Amino acid sequence: MSRIAARFAKLKAEGRGALIPFVEAWDPDRDTSLALLKGMPGAGADLIEIGCPFTDPMADGPTIQLAGRRALDAGASMKNTLAMVQEFRKDDGDTPIILMGYLNPILSYGVAPFCRDCAAFGVDGLIIVDLPSEEADLVLPDAAANGLDIIRLVAPTTDEARLPLVLDGSSGFVYYVSITGITGTRTASGDELADAIPRIRRVTDLPIAIGFGVRTPEQAANAVKHADGAVVASALIDTMRQDLEANGGKPKPDTVARILAQVKALAAGVRGARVPA
Amino acid sequence: MNVPAARFGANSLRNGPDARGRFGEFGGRFVAETLMPLILEVEAAYNAAKADPAFQPELDRYLKDYVGRPSPLWFAERLTEKLGGAKVYFKRDELNHTGAHKINSCMGQILLAKRMGKTRIIAETGAGQHGVATATVCALFGLPCTVYMGAVDVARQAPNVFRMKLLGAEVVPVTSGASTLKDAMNEALRDWVANVRDTFYIIGTVAGPHPYPMMVRDFQSVIGNEAKAQLQEQAGRLPDACVAAIGGGSNAMGLFHPFLDDPSVRLIGVEAAGHGLDTMQHAASLSRGRPGVLHGNRTYLLQDEDGQIQEAHSISAGLDYPGIGPEHSWLHEIKRVEYVAATDQEALDAFQLCTRTEGIIPALEPAHALAHVAKMAPAMDKDAIILMNLCGRGDKDIFTVAEALGVKL
Repeated sequence: MSRIAARFAKLKAEGRGALIPFVEAWDPDRDTSLALLKGMPGAGADLIEIGCPFTDPMADGPTIQLAGRRALDAGASMKNTLAMVQEFRKDDGDTPIILMGYLNPILSYGVAPFCRDCAAFGVDGLIIVDLPSEEADLVLPDAAANGLDIIRLVAPTTDEARLPLVLDGSSGFVYYVSITGITGTRTASGDELADAIPRIRRVTDLPIAIGFGVRTPEQAANAVKHADGAVVASALIDTMRQDLEANGGKPKPDTVARILAQVKALAAGVRGARVPA
Repeated sequence: MNVPAARFGANSLRNGPDARGRFGEFGGRFVAETLMPLILEVEAAYNAAKADPAFQPELDRYLKDYVGRPSPLWFAERLTEKLGGAKVYFKRDELNHTGAHKINSCMGQILLAKRMGKTRIIAETGAGQHGVATATVCALFGLPCTVYMGAVDVARQAPNVFRMKLLGAEVVPVTSGASTLKDAMNEALRDWVANVRDTFYIIGTVAGPHPYPMMVRDFQSVIGNEAKAQLQEQAGRLPDACVAAIGGGSNAMGLFHPFLDDPSVRLIGVEAAGHGLDTMQHAASLSRGRPGVLHGNRTYLLQDEDGQIQEAHSISAGLDYPGIGPEHSWLHEIKRVEYVAATDQEALDAFQLCTRTEGIIPALEPAHALAHVAKMAPAMDKDAIILMNLCGRGDKDIFTVAEALGVKL
C-alpha cells in the first residue's frame, strides 16, 4: 500500500479528514522552507504538498506567483526541490509528500529520470496542473512504473460525462478545485461543496481533497465535512509574505513558528469536524 | 473527436493538426482541468462553424466591407532595383483596418464567440496591434473587452493603449514576470479560468491550446490564399520564396500555409535576433530554444536548463515572446520552412530602407522580414520572385524608432 493510501486508510479508521498544508520549495530560501516542511507533521499535517517553483504558474494567484518568484530568485530548481524531500525523509518515513507544479520543469528534467528520482527520494504523488487527462499519457507510464500516484484535478466545470475520463488512471486521491478561478481568491460555499462532492463520489472510491480557497480553520472543517481532506496554501504563504514585507525581505526569527501555529489551528479545525459516514 | 478527413490529399502538409491537436509532437492541450471543458467546447463550436455554409460568407462580408480585404499585392520596384536581384512583392496587410493582419483572426474569432453565446471578450497583446484589433471588433459587436498587456509594453506602445481605451476596452497592465507579452498571456489565461462560463478568449497568434493554433492559422490563411492568386494574376506564377516575420507566428503561418504543398516555393520565417543570437537578449525560440510546454501547447521555447522560461528581447514588442506556434516547430523539424533571424539593428535599417524607397512605413515586425529579404534578394536571379508579408504599418513604432535613432520627438 502506498503512503498516501495508508494515510487515508488510517484517517478513515480514526473517523476524520486530512489536513494537507502546502509549502513552496525554497520560499524564501532553502533553510526556511525546509524548517517549515519538517515542522508540519508535528503541527498536525496529515499529508504535505510541496510547490515546485515555475516562472509561469498560470493557475496561481498573486500569492503563490510571488512565492515562486522568491524561490527561483533564491536558486530553486527541480533538483534541489527533490533534495529537500530526501532531507525530510531522513526523519519522517510516513507522511505522504505530493509535489505540485507545472509540466515544463518535469519535461526539462526528463519524465523518466524525474519519476525515478521522485521515487528514490521519497515523493509519493504528483499533481501536474497543466497536464489534463487528454495529455496524461506523457507521464502516466513512468509514474506507474515508479509507484507514484498521479493525482487528478476535478473542477466545477468538469461535468458528469467527463468525470470518468478525468478519473481514469488516477490514484492516491482526487483533488477537487473548488472554484472556477486561480489559487488564493474566492472560497466555495457549503452548498457548492454539498453539490459537487457526491457527484465525484459516484464515480470513484478514491479519497477527495478540496483545495483553492480554503484559508481558515472553519473553512478547513467545512471542507472535511464534505470531503476527505483540505488543502491550504495561499493563507500560509500570506503569513510568510507579511513577515518578509515587514522585515526587509528576510523571514523573522519566529516566522516558521507563526506558520506552524497556523497549521496547528487548521489541524484543530479539521480534527474537530466530523466526516460523513 | 470530430476531425475532418484529409482536406488536401494524404501526403499534404496542410492536414494538421491530428485529433489531439498535434502537429507531429507539437501542439496539444496543456491546460488546467478547469479550462479543458471549455477548450473542447471551442473546438466543437469551431468545427460546427466550418461545417455551416453560412459562416464563411458572413466572415467574408466583414473582411471585405469592414476590414478592406483583399489587401493589395504590391511589386516593390524601387526596392527591387536598389537590392539588384530578385523581384520583391509586398502583401500589404498593413492596409487592413487597424493597420495589421491581426484583425483577420479577430473577426473570425468574435463571430465564433457570438455563435457560442459568449458575452465578454478577453485578449492579450504585445505591441498592441492584437489588442486594438480585438477592441475594434468588440466595439463593432457591442461586447465588453478586457485586454491584458505587459506594463513594459503599455509604456512603449502608449498610442495603442489610448486607441484601445477609445474603443471602449479596459486595458490591464500586467506587472508579473518581465511585464511583457508572455506575462500578459498568463494573466489572460488566469482571467479565463475565473470566468469560463461567459468569456471567450481571442488569442492573437497561432499558439495556445488546440484548437487555437489551427483556428488562427485558418483565419490568417486568407493572406496566403489571396497573395497566391494575386501573384498568379500579376506575374503568372508561384513565388520562389515567401518571407515573413515570426513572433508567435500568425502572419507567417497565414502566408505559408497555402504554399506548403508547393515544393518549389522556399518558405522563410524570420525570428527576432534582438541584440544578437549569441547574447541572452533575443526572441529566437527556434534558433536557440528547445521543446517544452507553455501556454497550453508543446513547442520550442526559450528556457533554462531547469525548464524555467526565459525572457525574450526584441525592439519589436510584437516579436518579444519566448515561444512560437506549434505548427512552426513542426515545420522546422521536418525542414519544410527555413527559420533565420534578424537583429534589432538590421530591422531598423530595413525600416528606413522601406520607408525611403517605397514610401511605406512598416511596423518593426515586418521590418525583420524585410531585413532578411535585403540579405537574400541580391544573390538571386533577376527573374526570381520573393513574396514578403508586410503584415503591419509602423505608425505605432515611430517613438521606438526615434529613440533608437537618437531623435527627440
